[in-house]
Amino acid sequence: MPDISANLAGIKSPNPFWLASAPPTNSGYQIMKAFDAGWGGAVWKTLGVPVVNVSSRYGGVNYRDSRLVGLNNIELITDRPLKDNLREIEEVKKYFPDHAVIASLMVESKEQWHQIVKDVENAGADGIELNFGCPHGMCERGMGSAVGQEPEVLKTIVGWVKEVATKPVIVKLTPNISDITEPAQAANEGGGDAISLINTIQSLVGVDIDNFVPYPVVDGKSTHGGYCGPAVKPIALNMLKNCAQHPNVNLPISGIGGIENWRDAVEYILLGATNVQVCTAVMHFGFGIVRDMISGLEGYMEEKGFNSLDDMRGKALGNVTNWENLNLKYKVIADIDEEKCIGCQLCYIACEDGAHQAIGLSEKDGERVPHIIEQNCVGCNLCSIVCPVEECITMVRKDDGSEVVTWKERGEAGTAPTTFNDEKAGGIGHWVPEPKDALKKRV
Amino acid sequence: MGEFKKPTSEQEFEQNFQQIKPLMNKTEAYYESSRCLFCYDAPCQTACPTSIDIPLFIRQINSGNLTGSASTIYASNYFGNACGKVCPTEVLCEGACVYTEQNVKPIEIGRLQNYATQKAIDEKKKLFKLASANGKKVAIIGAGPAGISCACELRTLGYEVTVFEAKEKPSGLTVYGVAPYKITNEEALNEMEYLQEQFGYQVHYNQRIDSVEDLQELENNYDAVFIGVGLGNTSSLQMPGEDLENCVGATELIEELRMNHHQVAMGKKVIVLGGGNTAMDAASEAARMGAEKSILAYRRSKAEMGAYEFEYDLAKGAGVDGMFNVSPLEIQGDGKVSGVKFIRTEQRNGKLESIAGSEFVESCDMVIRATGQSKQVAWLSQIEGLELDKGNRISVNPESFQTTNARYFAAGDAMNGGKEVVNAAADGKQAARGIHNYLS
Repeated sequence: MPDISANLAGIKSPNPFWLASAPPTNSGYQIMKAFDAGWGGAVWKTLGVPVVNVSSRYGGVNYRDSRLVGLNNIELITDRPLKDNLREIEEVKKYFPDHAVIASLMVESKEQWHQIVKDVENAGADGIELNFGCPHGMCERGMGSAVGQEPEVLKTIVGWVKEVATKPVIVKLTPNISDITEPAQAANEGGGDAISLINTIQSLVGVDIDNFVPYPVVDGKSTHGGYCGPAVKPIALNMLKNCAQHPNVNLPISGIGGIENWRDAVEYILLGATNVQVCTAVMHFGFGIVRDMISGLEGYMEEKGFNSLDDMRGKALGNVTNWENLNLKYKVIADIDEEKCIGCQLCYIACEDGAHQAIGLSEKDGERVPHIIEQNCVGCNLCSIVCPVEECITMVRKDDGSEVVTWKERGEAGTAPTTFNDEKAGGIGHWVPEPKDALKKRV
Repeated sequence: MGEFKKPTSEQEFEQNFQQIKPLMNKTEAYYESSRCLFCYDAPCQTACPTSIDIPLFIRQINSGNLTGSASTIYASNYFGNACGKVCPTEVLCEGACVYTEQNVKPIEIGRLQNYATQKAIDEKKKLFKLASANGKKVAIIGAGPAGISCACELRTLGYEVTVFEAKEKPSGLTVYGVAPYKITNEEALNEMEYLQEQFGYQVHYNQRIDSVEDLQELENNYDAVFIGVGLGNTSSLQMPGEDLENCVGATELIEELRMNHHQVAMGKKVIVLGGGNTAMDAASEAARMGAEKSILAYRRSKAEMGAYEFEYDLAKGAGVDGMFNVSPLEIQGDGKVSGVKFIRTEQRNGKLESIAGSEFVESCDMVIRATGQSKQVAWLSQIEGLELDKGNRISVNPESFQTTNARYFAAGDAMNGGKEVVNAAADGKQAARGIHNYLS
């Protein structure tokens, strides 16, 4: 059995699955229940001067019959007194000494930072996470993402914390910034021990079109919230990659954003995360999902021959490069498996209207399997993405792999197009239909 | 399934004849519509005799555009609501759904169609704009699916339309002939009311056009006449005992059942003669009416039955037993049916032959003849120059539905020999276009 225990900057947990600082970690009761169910760690709902919250607080994004592909919230940090939280931290640690309990913190002055760090360490927290990510409400008061967006301020506060902290300090970053590696570097410079990312993305999840107000509605008004859930995972993965590849970040990373099963977690770890944090999926399905996360991760590692998380960490990082380094000679073409095709012709209309008119319809009566017009196919993948049948459309490699030419090389060799009507344009030689042929076509 | 107690109240009748395609609720419709792939040039649409743009109306349900969805449906089929329930979707749209190619359950198109149109009917949504009156008048004989569809379409084109219906209610077999578990009277009639309110054609009920004089009057008063008279009573078997008490025609029995529900008297042991869809309905209905035994007797093999497989399954599910390769020789009884004498049959050199000496009597106290409806040859012969084909169906131009008497147009069962509601609805609508071309 592979070892799935994790160690983030010295914070150990029996597995890499932590609950993110959020409503599921609001109380000792919830965290005890989560640990009992199998979660390896939990970042306590952010502690500070307790707030007053509004009702309502969440907005969901659904895609057809899939509920909650995205979740937006306008809830603030803990609204419970610090002493109650500290007492519960102590109690949880008594029951679960080997699980990771991290205190998420957000206060204003240096004195407050010093005091609260000491308080949570005394209560038994295994680590501290600095909430520099919250993009709603708290940032209006100069905290949360207001700090995460100012690398200099961030660095200063990390410095204050490190003056008194004896446990590892994780700096939680906001994605509401054009280059997340800047605050990540600042976290490093300030002496942080790890970073976690991403916090939620500023969002309006939708508008009530009958009453003309976005969700969630608070007495006829709304405000922007923080967006999370499966929809944000691609954004988070890219930011994770940026930080993991950056030579000056150099900190272990706790990955957050849309993780709801073991596959998501594996992707995060392959892109450099040391562990992962989960919130939305638990808010949707409860703590029980961790059982599949653990067994799925173990099964994957066994199948791939990984003995520990360290064996697999960052395995995909080396394969992410700049566009200019991609091989322009690599050529794939779509291939439709006639046996599997159900004849929906979505590939046809997707390619016809949304790509390169490289799929033709069968001309035989009653026959609905489309065919690839190879000379028009640019290998874009669109048909294989829209096809509703598993492995019906595959992309088949056509070049022999002997040639590698990149954009960078072409630039250097002077073979890249440089003028508007350059003969070296990639699209020259591609067949395109006449504009007027578009008229009166079935849609 | 299988055991039904004889219904003694309307409530018990409804229970025994529970709708096999009940109205969807909002959540069900949302989830089901979410599954639709929005196929390009969708096979479901091709399979629909009225060519409803099915992917579009399903997408409109999913986006919460129910009025748009109902418009899409009604633009192609005026019996959109009824067809959602009574169409043999298993062999039409749903049978063509691409999901079936990978053994995935097809989209429940019929029920979605019924759902979208129900909302429009309930809210009395006005979906059509009628053209201003063009001063021309058309008479329609028969308020069935063909006649009403023709009437609606003609109204959109500005014609004054009068429908003459021999019976008391509109919608033809939808209310008189379809099995009660497929659609309720209320549902069928609500759609008719909705259509009439929206399209404003006149209907004269209980007014049978019955004579050459009646027809002459129509010819005098109208610019064109549409024939949507359907078929006649159940054909005779031409065998002894047919006139015994408790030997009834399926069409007549189903009509009685649709009108009088639990009050209809049903035998204890019922034999249904026939192998078509109506036979399946009749056998299933006998079982649901509390017959202790309902036997389907067909002279050929099970595989040769004309009925759709799902209709036979439905009958079996209601507890119907099948007897195959048995040909009835006579219906026995003293004043009242007491049994049917059969002879066993087999295929020999591609021909169905009786097996000598294999006669036997199956006792019963009721016989339902489901051996097809007769054509209304005598009635039709009153129209001058109206030609019928070899099967006694009205000959029409397949595009215009014009008969061999230029002022008469025809569609529905009288023209096609007996098909589905949806075929009549499709052709009735197209016939209106034919009439329009003829009169303009």
